[in-house]
Amino acid sequence: MPTRTVTRPADAELAALVIAPGELTPGRAAGFPLRREGPAKLTGAAKYTDDLVFPGAWYGITIRSTDARARLVAIEPDPMLDWSQVGIVTAADIPGDNVVSGIRDDQPVLVPIGGEIQHHSEPVALLAAADRETLRRLRGSIRVVTEPLRPVFDPEASDHAFAQYDIATGDLQAGFAEAHIVLEGEYRVGHQEQLYIENQAMIAVPGEAGEIAVHGSLQCPYYVHRALMRAIGLDARQARVIQAETGGAFGGKEEYPSIIAVHAALLARKCQRPVRMIYDRHEDIAATTKRHPAIVRHRTGVTRDGRLVAQDIEVIMDGGAYCTLTPVVLSRGALHAGGPYHCDNVRIRARAMRTNTPPNGAFRGFGAPQTQFAAETQMNRIAERLGLSPAEVRARNVYRLGDTTPTGQVLRESVAGEEVLRIAVETTDFERLRAETARELLERRGSGTIAPDPLLTSSTRHATGIGLALAWHGAGFTGSGEVHLASVASIELTADGQIRVLTASTEMGQGTKTIFPLMVAGELGVPVDWVELAPQDTAFVPDSGPTVASRTAMVVGGLCIEAARRLKAEVEARHPGLPFNEVFRDDAAANGPIRIDQAFEPYPGIEFDDATYRGDAYPAFGWAAAVATVDVDLDTAEVTVLDVLAVDDVGKVIHPILCEGQVEGGTLQAVGYATIEEIKLEDGRYLNDRLATYLIPTALDAPHIRTVLVEAPFSGAPHGAKGVGELPMDVGAPAVIAAIHDAVGVWITDLPASPERILATLASGPGRASAA
Amino acid sequence: MSGIRFLVNGAPAEVDAPGMRRLLDVLREDLGLTGTKEGCGEGECGACSVLLDGQVVDSCLVPICQVEGRIVRTVEGLSLAARERGSLDALQEAFLETGGAQCGICTPGMLMAARAYLDGGGTPDEDAIREAIAGNLCRCTGYTKIVEAIAMVAAPQP
Repeated sequence: MPTRTVTRPADAELAALVIAPGELTPGRAAGFPLRREGPAKLTGAAKYTDDLVFPGAWYGITIRSTDARARLVAIEPDPMLDWSQVGIVTAADIPGDNVVSGIRDDQPVLVPIGGEIQHHSEPVALLAAADRETLRRLRGSIRVVTEPLRPVFDPEASDHAFAQYDIATGDLQAGFAEAHIVLEGEYRVGHQEQLYIENQAMIAVPGEAGEIAVHGSLQCPYYVHRALMRAIGLDARQARVIQAETGGAFGGKEEYPSIIAVHAALLARKCQRPVRMIYDRHEDIAATTKRHPAIVRHRTGVTRDGRLVAQDIEVIMDGGAYCTLTPVVLSRGALHAGGPYHCDNVRIRARAMRTNTPPNGAFRGFGAPQTQFAAETQMNRIAERLGLSPAEVRARNVYRLGDTTPTGQVLRESVAGEEVLRIAVETTDFERLRAETARELLERRGSGTIAPDPLLTSSTRHATGIGLALAWHGAGFTGSGEVHLASVASIELTADGQIRVLTASTEMGQGTKTIFPLMVAGELGVPVDWVELAPQDTAFVPDSGPTVASRTAMVVGGLCIEAARRLKAEVEARHPGLPFNEVFRDDAAANGPIRIDQAFEPYPGIEFDDATYRGDAYPAFGWAAAVATVDVDLDTAEVTVLDVLAVDDVGKVIHPILCEGQVEGGTLQAVGYATIEEIKLEDGRYLNDRLATYLIPTALDAPHIRTVLVEAPFSGAPHGAKGVGELPMDVGAPAVIAAIHDAVGVWITDLPASPERILATLASGPGRASAA
Repeated sequence: MSGIRFLVNGAPAEVDAPGMRRLLDVLREDLGLTGTKEGCGEGECGACSVLLDGQVVDSCLVPICQVEGRIVRTVEGLSLAARERGSLDALQEAFLETGGAQCGICTPGMLMAARAYLDGGGTPDEDAIREAIAGNLCRCTGYTKIVEAIAMVAAPQP
């Protein structure tokens, strides 16, 4: 299928939904259905976890370590105080395994006496009481006795690797021998906080026979379900997880909710009443997972005409104190480390190290934004060195149909790197604007007495610059991940003629609740409002896998479509010549309910060997380009990002408004990553653990974001979709950094490009990379 | 302790609460108006924005003693007339149609800031709209569609 560009309003083919004659359509979103849970959110009726009322519930809090590394000797409530009105839980109260269910069994639910505290803010005990005042009064009266141990903060000094991958192809030495230019670069990115506006929240409700239901803000009901079963020692029916309305997640509610749910459940068991664990912002930033910091080193061989002939890349990620999802984050980071470019001779060595800092975890992009910031900045520096346009050097190297990646994957279809690059360059008139900013930079440099310093020589106190970045993003889970997940999505036709979609895929703002009914209605030929969605409650819905990796529309949406096709075929077979939408109600009344359980089947021809890291790392890739324009204040080095054009190939646009919303939001998170978002650490503790000190972009900081959606469909998915959520996160930061270079002539190689960092880099000499 | 009396969404309210209790907690816990959200508890995010005598305030920073005799509007009372009709008002409709609400947790506060801007004669000017909502953080939308929604309502209908 050919690639095409989608512009609003959507064309007829896209508008696959059917509206019944006379049906009320009070409003539409660019010709598409309105967000299904939108009215509840807009009237304040939507119930987020903290809005749920459970009579008699107590409040729970977590007592945390104040050491980065120590042996836990004792937990001593002040004997002079009355503790009869509170519930206290320590590791000794855990009925199951003292393990947070995940990839490895290294993280305890609570550090046991005699055990080792591995990071600052690690949970050591839990408290619950009927009111917050009692908790405030008593929380400081629990003495946590420790024997400090020597912590490790530098990932390069750590001797414990959570994971290590080596990817190699071709002959690196021969590649460098062929190169006319060899360029080295070191890039560093720090922690980034997801900063969902709704803090982490869980409420555990104990049942009469030992069962526990947890209501919470979460992405992955079955991750939490497994964690409860493991730590509380429950069977699959005794543990129940119900997603409440979730106020943003971005990966931050992928794995971390598991430990909170277990904590709430432990307190609920102890107190025999519902317990609310609602984090405040300070605790949420101090204790929960962040994007992995990374150090990425590139050594690149290029021919005079700009062809990549050798890439030697080293990736070191800081995993923090526990494994969490680090091996998978590192894997995605490593697989994307070369950028979307063909090169015959590649070596990528990646490792993720343990340090005594709070564990890092999932965040939109999942390792790829870190390594592609490095790859794209390296590519922009290569263009500069060669005197080529950044667009031209990319056009000469970007993957084309039939190219082979470093894992030996042949890109057989759905390759749109050239396309998104071309659209980005043409839409922004990139080359003309770049010529203008280059002339302005030259004028500033030549107009004063201190010729080479762009900050001191111009009468205009502002400089503008334009920058470009390109990226790929593997669609769905990495490697054999989807095969292992074996997700299921179901559709029911009830006896009374209701059509219901059952999945564990959660709505966290991205639009799951709107697109699933839209896809199913399109297949069945019924109005979208006739399709119900079952609540994300493990008592009702099958395990559709986690709501992560931009896989919801692509993988689970694909299962919904397959299930709908089977339902339609089954019903229509009984009524030859009549369409589903005319007969399904009568059919259900006559023949009883139907339930279709659609299980994931491996995409044909897609194979990956986890042991050797050879094969098809992803069934397909999404492609993204961004062009950013910035203004740099030449007195303060403050950066204002003025405009971003985002061009994203998502395979298939299901709902243009929701899809654009993903691109716009992801782009702004990338702009924040590039310019202002930074965690400062001291002795393994996050210093700026408040919203007053960890800054995210406001409406005034946000650039104008324009989105162009491109469709290069993936044939393995019934609708062609490849996912959108993470794609824009890969390109925003390197485009902004390139624009800053275009404005003031220096490369910022450590994120974020704070004014301090820009001034320091300028002071070390224009044109030079910042000191590592 | 005598009750603190005020008007909330057009109805009289009286609460017996310590004077320093946050307006946010009074709304959410004493009056059951959970549409107003808490995001940071220190006046940075704007998720708890409500109108106090028509001015947009962070309800996490307002002690209830300061609300005596005043008029409070929350998202539940954003448009009483629309609520009576069982429908959304023009601002809510605009958010819905443009995609201005995603996860929805900033939305109640964002709507109140937008309402105050529009009630104060706000125009479709983009910079002015951005200024008006600069105290309300959104992590989902990139603000593009929120600005679009507010401009749509501010614009004279063609």
